[in-house]
Amino acid sequence: MNSQGKDKSRRSFSDFLVHIHPPTVPEETLRFTLSWGLGGMSAMLIFLLFGSGILQLLTYEPSVSGAYTSVMAMYTPQSLAGWIRNIHHWSANLLVIFVVLHLMRVFLTGAIGPGRRLNWIIGLVLLFFVLCANFSGYLLPWDQLAYWAVTICTSMMAYFPGIGNWVMALFRGGNEVGPATLSNFYALHIAFIPGSLLLLMIWHFWLVRRSGGLIRATEKPDSPTKRVPSVPELIVREAAIGLSLVAVVLIISVFLNAPLDEQANPGLSPNPAKAPWYFLGFQELLLHLHPVFAICVFPVLASLALVCLPFWRGAVLPGGTWFGGQRGQALAMWSFIGGILISFLLVFVDENLLRAGKGVDGIADIVSRGYLPLFIFMLVLAGGLQLLVLKFRFSRAHAVMAGMMFSFAVLAAMTIIGIWFRGQGMQLFWPWS
Amino acid sequence: MRQVEKNREREKIQGNSGRRKFLNRLWTLLGALALVECGWLGASIFESRKKRRQVRKKDTIIIAGSMDNFKPNTVTAIPQGQFYLACLEDGSVMAMSRTCTHLGCSVPWDDEQQKFICPCHGSTFSLTGEVLTAPAPRPLDTFPVRIENKIIKVNISQSLKRDRFEPSQATRLS
Repeated sequence: MNSQGKDKSRRSFSDFLVHIHPPTVPEETLRFTLSWGLGGMSAMLIFLLFGSGILQLLTYEPSVSGAYTSVMAMYTPQSLAGWIRNIHHWSANLLVIFVVLHLMRVFLTGAIGPGRRLNWIIGLVLLFFVLCANFSGYLLPWDQLAYWAVTICTSMMAYFPGIGNWVMALFRGGNEVGPATLSNFYALHIAFIPGSLLLLMIWHFWLVRRSGGLIRATEKPDSPTKRVPSVPELIVREAAIGLSLVAVVLIISVFLNAPLDEQANPGLSPNPAKAPWYFLGFQELLLHLHPVFAICVFPVLASLALVCLPFWRGAVLPGGTWFGGQRGQALAMWSFIGGILISFLLVFVDENLLRAGKGVDGIADIVSRGYLPLFIFMLVLAGGLQLLVLKFRFSRAHAVMAGMMFSFAVLAAMTIIGIWFRGQGMQLFWPWS
Repeated sequence: MRQVEKNREREKIQGNSGRRKFLNRLWTLLGALALVECGWLGASIFESRKKRRQVRKKDTIIIAGSMDNFKPNTVTAIPQGQFYLACLEDGSVMAMSRTCTHLGCSVPWDDEQQKFICPCHGSTFSLTGEVLTAPAPRPLDTFPVRIENKIIKVNISQSLKRDRFEPSQATRLS
């Protein structure tokens, strides 16, 4: 190759990078604490998942009789396949945490206003697909953990009013979790979901670029934006964070094996039987609320609220500053702490005072454990909003942020209780006792 | 100024000319048709799976054993049919699914406490499958039972949902 050709190919490579990023970026958006690199790290994890997933296709056998032994065989001493599986497992779990944090970052820095609304919605769809990918992958090892978690989660679907049983049968490919379920989940996990993720990710990145890169505070007229070239300034930073993350995941995977229980036994439920950790918040809600409300009403309302958020006039925080400033920071912290404390208190009270020794009572149940909690929750949110705006003179955006932090804290607390505070028979217990 | 030019350009491309309009519509129509075909393909695959299941259902009569083997107030697991055969006080029998009506866990029978106790969320059921403690929303599902020549036959192709226990759900030797 002559020197001109070499130069051309080098340029076309950097041009490709530039195609994802603009040629220059505002210097202030390079600040790590603006974004914490969460979106980039999520993308990196997804690529790691693609790689480790493709490698696992070589050893995994998608059948009820062969799945478990093929996963077991990955952990023979000479094989590196177990390490690959660990990488896949830890990346997937980290990914759930990172995409949720990324969602909170985007919301809290006000990056959902006009010009970024569509991307917020695509981001929500991406979150949904990430959860689907995690959940569909959960069944594939066909061990006790997988079998019962999927049994529980697909049973949860049946509580959707009207279409529930149909959806459950569709996913299970029958009335029970069996061979048809495995082939359904396999197809979803290795083809449909990754394909959709890839397409949506490209759209997601492109929209970030089109709305002018990362969010930043509106320009002051006397100090024009200082721009620096993306290559190398941005690329080097991304590479540093992305590669460090990969290194960390690879090292974790050497020392910590992904869990693998006994082979699935449809006749024997383990005690306790839990959903995957990211759905334990809902399983916890299910212990306290009427199933239709825990599985359908609350999640649907929450999703609707998230979708509608950027279209609510004055509800978006000012762009580029965390929590919309100092005062917002304190408010966010207190709403979060308040949400955590209230959730723990409510769970404790319900478990020990209200629920003790109670049977079911169809009609009374749907009121006292459905409409009433929903009404109270709405009242607390609406009342809190009014109180913050009228009494404490917060802006609407600040008040909405407080509501979001509060709800996020409730979900986080429920998940934490579900993971660490529930033992045999889903009884409440102290993890340190 | 440039915007105006651009718009004019776009108009030219999208075309008000009859032929271009017609071709655009044709493409849209073909695209929609292709989508419908894909949907039909998917649906037909799901349908064929359902048929396969129905074929399997034909031979789903399980012989649980002779009436003499079951004593009143006992519950026997019938592993080959994945259900429980409960013999009630009056000697009538019921076939009940072992699947908890709450979230689908497998419910074992506790002989000492004389009740079904779900390991997942602590729901308990009586001998007749009725809910003793929440969170299960309804009694255990049942399967139709027929007694021929003192032999108990259970049809497990379709489980029956119920809201409460009624004596008619149990089968006795008539």
